[in-house]
Amino acid sequence: MSKKDIIICRCEDITLADIHKCLEQGYTTFEELKRILRVGMGPCQGQTCSSLIQKEIAIFLKKKAEDVLLQKTRPLVTGVKLQDIADSADE
Amino acid sequence: MNKASIVVIGAGISGLSAAYNLAKRGLKDIVVIDKAYITSGSTGRCGAGVRQQWGTALNCILAKKSIDFFMHAKEDLGYEKDIEFKQEGYLILSTSEAEDKVFDKNVQLQNSIGIPSQRLTVEEALKIVPHLNPNAFTSASFCKTDGHINPFLMSEAYYLAAKKLGVTFYFFEEVTEIIVKDKSIEKVITDKRVIYTDKVVNAAGGFAREVGEMAGVEIPVFSENHEILVTEPTKQMQGPMVMSFSKNIYCQQVPHGSFLMGRSNPKALHDHDISSSWQFLDEMAKTVCNILPKVGQLRVIRTWGGSYNISPDHQPFISDTEQLNGYFMACGYSGHGFMFAPITGELITEMVFGDKLEDYAKDLNIKRLDDKNFTDFEQSVV
Repeated sequence: MSKKDIIICRCEDITLADIHKCLEQGYTTFEELKRILRVGMGPCQGQTCSSLIQKEIAIFLKKKAEDVLLQKTRPLVTGVKLQDIADSADE
Repeated sequence: MNKASIVVIGAGISGLSAAYNLAKRGLKDIVVIDKAYITSGSTGRCGAGVRQQWGTALNCILAKKSIDFFMHAKEDLGYEKDIEFKQEGYLILSTSEAEDKVFDKNVQLQNSIGIPSQRLTVEEALKIVPHLNPNAFTSASFCKTDGHINPFLMSEAYYLAAKKLGVTFYFFEEVTEIIVKDKSIEKVITDKRVIYTDKVVNAAGGFAREVGEMAGVEIPVFSENHEILVTEPTKQMQGPMVMSFSKNIYCQQVPHGSFLMGRSNPKALHDHDISSSWQFLDEMAKTVCNILPKVGQLRVIRTWGGSYNISPDHQPFISDTEQLNGYFMACGYSGHGFMFAPITGELITEMVFGDKLEDYAKDLNIKRLDDKNFTDFEQSVV
């Protein structure tokens, strides 16, 4: 299967080929890939792609996967409507 | 021995623009150092808006010159990707008679500098953003050439262009000391090397004051946390950035489809905090649901914070200093460094080369603080 057909980040439609291109350009941390490619910025906030990307970085840098830092986890845990937040803020 | 003609501290948009412009002018052996990676500080955390509707002449001029560059930045920098420049304007809402008068004055000033802003009635504003709550404002100002740019890709465009011109970058490396001898810079020490140089550009964003102190240069700026949230992407429904100083909100739909919005916290401390708070989420949600009810139906997916580096008059210092030869600074943008980056790089280059500056640029010097006649203060900020 071509790297261009392997989707790594489903929210932002980023392929394995995109990831490898960025790694070769010298962006070798998750935070850099996130800013350039938007991986981990979609509605799932990296729940699917983060461990896949962690492994790809590890292979590229010849490191153990657990030695590759993931992206910073930010609130919210799940998507919440602004109107719902506004309504409950008034309570 | 490690030598550089100049060391730029900070690989945010200001440092990148400075390095690119210096290299373009022909300077060799330029080094840029960042304690992390490009856009890792305030640039990568900013609201991604670019506007020219300001209340001081200085900010208007800086903004206009920068927009003029952004319009052909992709071609000038030879960037392969798209910087995502969405030029659909800023719609700024007034909410009182007193604010109406300020907007009248601001638009007059902006027009005199060649910025195509205009005053709008509530009805005219609704034609541009139909989902505005008509009861939430009294009038508006609009400039169609303001808009949005992707800060990550704009920074990458400068970075790649600078690299192509031979600029050296050291990432994940922190400047720890600047050694000064006889009022001149001798060397810059990082956690990995010593670099001999007689010139430094302080483009350290939220840490500008500290990078000043390293060289014994006093810069009266402080940092404060400004929070932002982003929603899930949705269909295109809002062209311009909608903003209100009195309601404390800016809110824009970026080309990717998400809405980005932020507000300031009047109780924010002067420190390097960049955490997220539930108080921000509550206040932001209430404000946006009042002004743009339809946006209230979107889901928030992420919040973050970043430092505004604030100067006493909310205008930047793009300046050399009598305190130390060869020390240049680009800081104190008070939240607007991204949108002023092109002119920042050009002015720093002119200063480093000892050119005669245009008249307006003298007010960017840190000396203006000692001038009792200088009283211009930017109030058009969120």
